[in-house]
Amino acid sequence: MQSLGRFLSRRRRYDDLSVSIQEHIDEKIDDLVESGMPPREAEQAARREFGNLALLQERSREVWQWPAIESILADLKFTLRRLRKSPGFTATVILTLAIGIGANTAVFSVINSILIKPLPYPQSDQLVSLWLNAPGAEGLVNFQNGLRLSPSMYFTFSDHNRTFQSLGIWYTGTANVTGLAQPEEVHIGFISDGILQTLAVPATTGRLLSATDQDPHGAKNVMLSYGYWQRRFGGAPSAIGRTVDIDGEGREIVGVMPRGFRLVDQDFDFLVPLAFDRTHLKLAPFGFMGMGRLRPGVTIPQANADLSRMIEVWMDSYSNGPGTNPHFYRNWRITPALHSLKQEVVGDVTRVLWVVMATIALVLLIACTNIANLLLVRAEARQQELSIRAALGAGRARIARELLIESILLGLIGGTLGVAVAAGGLRLLVAIGPANLPRLNEISFDAWSLLFTLLLSLLSGLFFGSIPVWRYARTRLTTWLGSSGRTAGVSRERHRSRNVLVIAQVAMALVLLVSAVLMIRTFQHLRTVDPGFSDAPHMQTVHISIPDSFIPDPKMVMRIQNDILDRLQTIPGVSSVGFGEAVPMEGVEPNWDQIFVEGKIYKSHNPPMRFYNYVSPGFFQAMGTRLVAGRDFTWNEIYGLQQKVIVSENFARESWGSPAAAIGKRIRQFERMPWQEVVGVVQDVHYRGVDDTAPAIVYWPAMINSPYVANTIYGPRFVCFVIRTSRAGTEALLNEVQQAVWSVNASLPVASPRTMQDIYGQSMGRTSFTLVMLGIAASMAMALGIIGIYGVISYAVSQRTREIGIRLALGAQKRELRWMFVRSALLLTTTGIVIGLGAAAAVTQLLKSLLFGVSPMDPLTYAAIPLLLGACAVIASYLPARRAAAIDPAQALRAD
Amino acid sequence: MARNTEHRDLFPGALEMMILQSLRLRPMHGYGLVKHIKQVSDDLLQIEEGSLYPALQRMLREGWVEAEAGISAKGRPTRIYRLTAAGLAHLEQEVSSFEKMFAGITRVLAVAQS
Repeated sequence: MQSLGRFLSRRRRYDDLSVSIQEHIDEKIDDLVESGMPPREAEQAARREFGNLALLQERSREVWQWPAIESILADLKFTLRRLRKSPGFTATVILTLAIGIGANTAVFSVINSILIKPLPYPQSDQLVSLWLNAPGAEGLVNFQNGLRLSPSMYFTFSDHNRTFQSLGIWYTGTANVTGLAQPEEVHIGFISDGILQTLAVPATTGRLLSATDQDPHGAKNVMLSYGYWQRRFGGAPSAIGRTVDIDGEGREIVGVMPRGFRLVDQDFDFLVPLAFDRTHLKLAPFGFMGMGRLRPGVTIPQANADLSRMIEVWMDSYSNGPGTNPHFYRNWRITPALHSLKQEVVGDVTRVLWVVMATIALVLLIACTNIANLLLVRAEARQQELSIRAALGAGRARIARELLIESILLGLIGGTLGVAVAAGGLRLLVAIGPANLPRLNEISFDAWSLLFTLLLSLLSGLFFGSIPVWRYARTRLTTWLGSSGRTAGVSRERHRSRNVLVIAQVAMALVLLVSAVLMIRTFQHLRTVDPGFSDAPHMQTVHISIPDSFIPDPKMVMRIQNDILDRLQTIPGVSSVGFGEAVPMEGVEPNWDQIFVEGKIYKSHNPPMRFYNYVSPGFFQAMGTRLVAGRDFTWNEIYGLQQKVIVSENFARESWGSPAAAIGKRIRQFERMPWQEVVGVVQDVHYRGVDDTAPAIVYWPAMINSPYVANTIYGPRFVCFVIRTSRAGTEALLNEVQQAVWSVNASLPVASPRTMQDIYGQSMGRTSFTLVMLGIAASMAMALGIIGIYGVISYAVSQRTREIGIRLALGAQKRELRWMFVRSALLLTTTGIVIGLGAAAAVTQLLKSLLFGVSPMDPLTYAAIPLLLGACAVIASYLPARRAAAIDPAQALRAD
Repeated sequence: MARNTEHRDLFPGALEMMILQSLRLRPMHGYGLVKHIKQVSDDLLQIEEGSLYPALQRMLREGWVEAEAGISAKGRPTRIYRLTAAGLAHLEQEVSSFEKMFAGITRVLAVAQS
């Protein structure tokens, strides 16, 4: 507090000081006059001997101050005053920075929320996804998604592992809930024991599902999500103990999960325990996601080794039924490839996000370069003031500090506004972000974002401030004082740093433009790929599921689906209707199994895996999928369970050489199954999105003799209806669809209505998101680059007015003068383009995985963008060049 | 940035020592101090007159001297500086350490000359 007292009493100290000094000088003058010196000389001598009065007074006062802070405050005040005096400059800089910093902060917030923050579970670094690869399985299994787990694997791993605290399997699906209000379709997380222990989140009310709920003969229980509990039960504790009908099966509610709890990245309404009968388990089917919590200190390679060991145990313990070889799966070479649960959630969006971040950062860098250029102009305009101050004893460091304070202040103001821009941008980003962006609901603006903004503001300020400072520090005082006024020429050196900045800008803009155009070309290529269906905006899709418990007889299910189809067909404006178990690009996990082609010999008797789908008559017509050869199924074939099949064109070509040759040939799923005759061949369909190859597909009729359970009939109960109509997507159509379905059965909900265009657009979400972000960034970069070129040339013109006047007076042609300026702009641009081309060639390699149908070195792009930039440079420099040529020599020479 | 205020023509602390020693004789005002130091040192020590004031402010802050309103010999208002007890203690400590240092330097010089 001593210093506070000092602060308050210093006014008196300053007075004391000036009184003392005043008397000192007066007395000295008196003495000198007494010794015979004329008064005027005496005064000069007294002051000379005293030293630098102002400086010494300042030093004396500083004793009572916190010198650093106070002189910075004084500088701040001065800077603010100067900024207020040039509102145009200030507004331009602050606005540029607000947008630049805001955009960066928004993208950083997304990256922080998605990639950096841990998953919202306790000790989430111990969580792993149980991932298996089966490189030996031909066909679909070794596609990007790897091999999922089977229930028998789960029990093996759970019983025999040495590295996990807990592990479990799960999947998500939908079910119909009846008995509460209107029948509705709900999202279900089906979980084995071990899943909730692994995630380690306690129930908010009631209890968690446990091992006892896994007993297939025990009580049927269920847990609620917080959201469903609020929606249907108003958050009442009395919900515990009540019974709900899920797919016709009564289950007692035992607990509620807390708010915000998600099953990895899935929302759900109910958690239903998986209850397997352990005595009847086989090796297959592989349809479950696995996750586990590692014991403390266990690494992923250790856990991988543990799983490898247990895969042998698994094959020793189970089989696929009598007469099958339990060690058949050795051919598949199943290898564990655990990875962190976070990696599983985040997926392949990592690269997109970093590309976006890098892009936006580059734009900020370009913006900062522009601002540095503006500041250079300002510093040059102030050079006389600065030199005078230097001559009066201001240290270089002191002046440098003042320049830096100005730029950092600008940075901070820009950053503050940037926070608002970021908040808005974040909403926009979440809105246009691909719907499959993971952890979208966790994206927020938090303290880290704020810290990032602050750092970025300071860094930007330092960056664009240090360039004029560096220039200033290298200039000698005398050149500053000496070169202003009439004799001033344009020193090459003075322009050099501005030129370097423009070259850098052009180079960076080129990189961004090339990247953006590559994305545009990718998008174009994706659009030209025939997805295997046509006129997506006029296809309405809805899901209808008919649970086992509701209608047990598969033939009856088929009848109901057929009736619904007939009813939908009568809706006005509907041209065709069909249904299938899956529609393309919907992200529904495909079915697959081995398919034998008659007469073909397979290596070790294992034909490759093929994707298959179950379809109704009319499905291809509704989808707009062309029949290449043969014909569609008929209803008689379906009800008659005839052994017919349709295959995709690539399957037909691979197996029999041509689509026409396929008709009448036969295939089957298992060796003991009857052969099925190919009646039709349809065009290839890109089920996993147009950027993935179209898989070979087998289309079974919507009802067949089950290949898995002898003497039973199988038909999909969860199907997607495709309705072709120009009214797709309208509310009115959906109401009529609902009415049509209810007129067949009043307990069936109509779920997930989407047009095929929605599904198609979503499958390209990643590309279009990257495209939009790169497009915005590149156009900003180009605009900034053009402004930069314009600024440099018009500044050069204003500096060289006199020279131009002389040239004109000596007979220079206006055309030549214009060309002189345009040429200098072109020189800068060309240099920038050459550097930029090199940088783009390196940078676009990083984009490779996002590109489709276009090489990162696409010659068209690399030829067009430099031409575009060159043209822009010509235009940007022509305007000031024309002004230069219009100068009146008489006036220019008279100017000063 | 402010230049290092400790740096003066003399070695660090010398100016302060001389001011304190002068004030030990009697309280003086600024110009009086300068005149006194110049006189006593026979103009051997060339100090910039103004450099006295930052040093005086530092000593005021440390509490080694006090300032009070007074009248100069010419009858104009000024400030008279007076040594405090703390200032006296500091001076004695400085003088003793200076003497030790000086003795050391003298010996080294004597050896070097012989």
